[in-house]
Amino acid sequence: MTSVRSGPRRRWAYQLDVKGSPYLYIAPFFLLFGLVGMFPLLYTAYVSLTDWNLLDPAHEWVGLANYADLLADDYFWNALFNTVSIWLLSTVPQLLAALFIAHMLNRRLRARTLFRMGVLLPNVTSIVAVTIIFAQLFGRDFGMVNWALELVGLDPIDWQAGTLSSHVAISLIVIWRWTGYNALIYLAAMQTIPEDLYEAARLDGASQFTQFRRITVPMLRPTIIFTAVVSTIGGFQIIAEPLLFQAGTGNPTGGSDRQFQTVGLYLYEQGFSLYEFGYASAIAWTLCMIIVVMALVNFAITRRIRSS
Amino acid sequence: MSAGRTRLAAGALVIGMLAAGCGGSPSAGSTPTDGKITLTLNLFGNMGFKELYAKYEAAHPNIKIVERTSAYNDHHRNLAAHLATRSGAADVEAIDTGFIAQFRNQPQHFADLRQHGADQLKDRWLPWKWEASLAKSGAQIGYGTDVGGLAMCYRRDLFEKAGLPTDRDKVAELWPDWTSYFETGKRYTAKKPEGAAFFDGGPQVFNAMVGQMETGYYDTQDNVVVATNPAIRSAYDQVLEAVAEGQSAKLVGSSPAWNTGFAKSQFATIACPAWMLAKIQDQGKAFAGQWDVAAIPGGGGNWGGSYLTVPAQGKHTKEAVALIAWLTAPEQQIEVFAKHGILPSTVATYDKPEVTGLKHEFFNDAPIGQIFTTAARNLKPQYQGPRAGDIQTAIRDAINRVEEGKQDGAEAWTQMLGDVERISK
Repeated sequence: MTSVRSGPRRRWAYQLDVKGSPYLYIAPFFLLFGLVGMFPLLYTAYVSLTDWNLLDPAHEWVGLANYADLLADDYFWNALFNTVSIWLLSTVPQLLAALFIAHMLNRRLRARTLFRMGVLLPNVTSIVAVTIIFAQLFGRDFGMVNWALELVGLDPIDWQAGTLSSHVAISLIVIWRWTGYNALIYLAAMQTIPEDLYEAARLDGASQFTQFRRITVPMLRPTIIFTAVVSTIGGFQIIAEPLLFQAGTGNPTGGSDRQFQTVGLYLYEQGFSLYEFGYASAIAWTLCMIIVVMALVNFAITRRIRSS
Repeated sequence: MSAGRTRLAAGALVIGMLAAGCGGSPSAGSTPTDGKITLTLNLFGNMGFKELYAKYEAAHPNIKIVERTSAYNDHHRNLAAHLATRSGAADVEAIDTGFIAQFRNQPQHFADLRQHGADQLKDRWLPWKWEASLAKSGAQIGYGTDVGGLAMCYRRDLFEKAGLPTDRDKVAELWPDWTSYFETGKRYTAKKPEGAAFFDGGPQVFNAMVGQMETGYYDTQDNVVVATNPAIRSAYDQVLEAVAEGQSAKLVGSSPAWNTGFAKSQFATIACPAWMLAKIQDQGKAFAGQWDVAAIPGGGGNWGGSYLTVPAQGKHTKEAVALIAWLTAPEQQIEVFAKHGILPSTVATYDKPEVTGLKHEFFNDAPIGQIFTTAARNLKPQYQGPRAGDIQTAIRDAINRVEEGKQDGAEAWTQMLGDVERISK
C-alpha cells in the first residue's frame, strides 16, 4: 500500500524539485526587489499624482497636473539640457580615453598588474572628497587650475559661474573617477581577442594603429555598447557632483542661474529643499521614462550593428 | 559610470523619495539598562552648549545628554523629514529664525510648551523672540536661545593702509547709515590694498540691511511683499551699485572660497551678527588683534538666532522640556555668551555687568558686550514668514548673478521675483 502510494508522490516531489527549485532560489532577489524596488517605484507613481507637501498632512489628488506643470517648467528643461550636456562632455572623452588606456595596458609592460590596479584607484575614492577637492582646484581666486592658466599667460576663469565652464569642470570629475573602471572592462574584453589575428596583421605589415582600428575596436563593439548604455544611465542620474560643486552654500540650485543643475538635482531641490514630494515624484518618473527611452534607442542601435 | 553605481543611484532615487531619511539615526530617547534617560540634541553649528551638559548631568544623575550637530541646511531638511515620517527626530531639535515660521505652522509635531509651564517663563525673553515661535493656535513650540544682534567687523590693518581711521568709535562715525557705509567703501576702494575688497559679498551685506527693516519679505498676514516693499528694492539697488564700484570680494557666504577669504584677507569689513565672531576666529586665526568690532550702519538689526524645540514624537518629552528650559535660562545664556560670544535672547541678561562689560581679546579687546546688547535693544522686531529662508536664497542668487557678470540688476530682479513667486505659491 505505502509503496504504491509513495511512487507517484516521489515522482511529484521530484518534478516539483526540478521545476520549482530554480524559482525558489531566485525568489529572495525578487522578494527584495519587490520590497525595495518595485513598491517604492509604484508608490512614487502614486505620490506623483498628488499635491503632496512633506510638511502638510493633506495629500490632494491632482491627477496628471504635476506632469503638465513639469512640461511647462523652464527649470526642468534647463536641467535636462544641463544633464545631456554634462553626459556628452563626460561620456565621450571618458570612453575614448578608457579605450586608449586599455590598449596600452594590454601591451607588454613592466609591473603590469600594478598599472592595471592603479587605473582603478580613482574609482575607490569617496565621491564627496573628490568633488570637494575638484571644486577647490577649480576655485576662482586661489584654484590651481586658474593658477596654471595664468602661468601660461591665459586669463583665469570663473569656473562655477559659466555654463560651459561648470559643465567641463563637473565632467572632469566624472571622467577622472570612471575612466579607469571602463578601461578595465575594455581590457578584459581585449584579452579575449585571439592573438593570431594580430599576428596575421603584423605579417601583413599593419601598423599598431591599424591593428587597433581594424581588429581591437570591431572586436570590442559589444563591450563598447555595454559601457555606453551603462554610462548613459549613470550620466542621466548624476546628482552628487553638481550638488557638491557648490559645497557649503547648502542649496541644490546648481549655481546662481541653475547653470549646472541636473535633473537629479532638480528632483532633490523640489523634494528635499522645497518639500514638494508630489512634484519631485513626477520628476523622478519623467526621468525614469527618459532613461528607458535612451536605453531603447541604445538597444535599437545595438541590434542594427549586430545585423550589419 | 558603473553598473553598480547605476543600480545604487536608481535605487536611491526611488527609495529616497519615500524613505526621506527614515533610517540611519538610532532611535532617540532610548532608555539604557542602567535606568538612565538619554536625551539627544540635534543642533546645527556650534551653539555653545557643550560645557553646560556636564553641569546638568551632575544635577540630574538620571539624565545623559548626547549632542549631534550637522550643517545648517541639512539639519532643517532632516528635521522636516523626521517630523513628516513621525520617526527619527531627536528629543531636542534646534530651529533657526529662517525656518521657525515654517515649523510653527505645524505645531502638532511639537510638544506644546504651555503644558509644561511656558507661561511662567514667558517674561524671560525679548517679546518678539517669544512671539516668533508661537503658533497661530496659541501653542508655543520653542524656547529662544540667542539673537543675532548686528555689528560691523572690520580689519584695522587694511583700514590703515587705505587711509581710513582705525579706532572703533571713529569707524562707527564713518557710517551712521548704509549710504555713508557705501561712501566709505568708495573711499576705501580708491586706495585699497591689493586683493582686499571692502566687503565679502553683496548678499551678506543685503541680509544685514534687510535684518534692520521693520517689514522684510513678509507682511504680518504671511503675504510675500518682496516685489512691493520699497525698502527691499532700494537696499538691492544700493548693494549692486557698490558691487559695480568694485567694493565686493564677490564671495558666496559659507562657501569654502568664503572661508579662504578670511585667511587670505580678501575683504576689510563683514556684517557681523554675534554668532559671526566665532566664525571669524576659526577662519582668520592669523589676524588676532587686527579684527575689531564697530556699530552697524543704521543701528540695531537682527540676523539669525535660534530656538530649541521638543518634537512630540519623543519618548521623554517631559525631561526634554526641562532641559531646554534650563539651557535657555539667563544664567546659562550668560555663560555661553562669555565663552563663545553668542548673544543671549533673555532680557535680564542685558543689564548684567558680566554681559555688558565683556571684552573680546581676539577683536582687539572690543567691548562686544556693550556693542551687541545695544544692538539687541535697538532692534526693531521683524515678522518672519514661512519661507523667509528660501526667499533669502533666491535673492542671494540674484545678487550673485550680477556679481558674476551674467545679468544686470534689472534682469536678475525680474528672474528673482519669478523664483519668489514659485516659492510662495
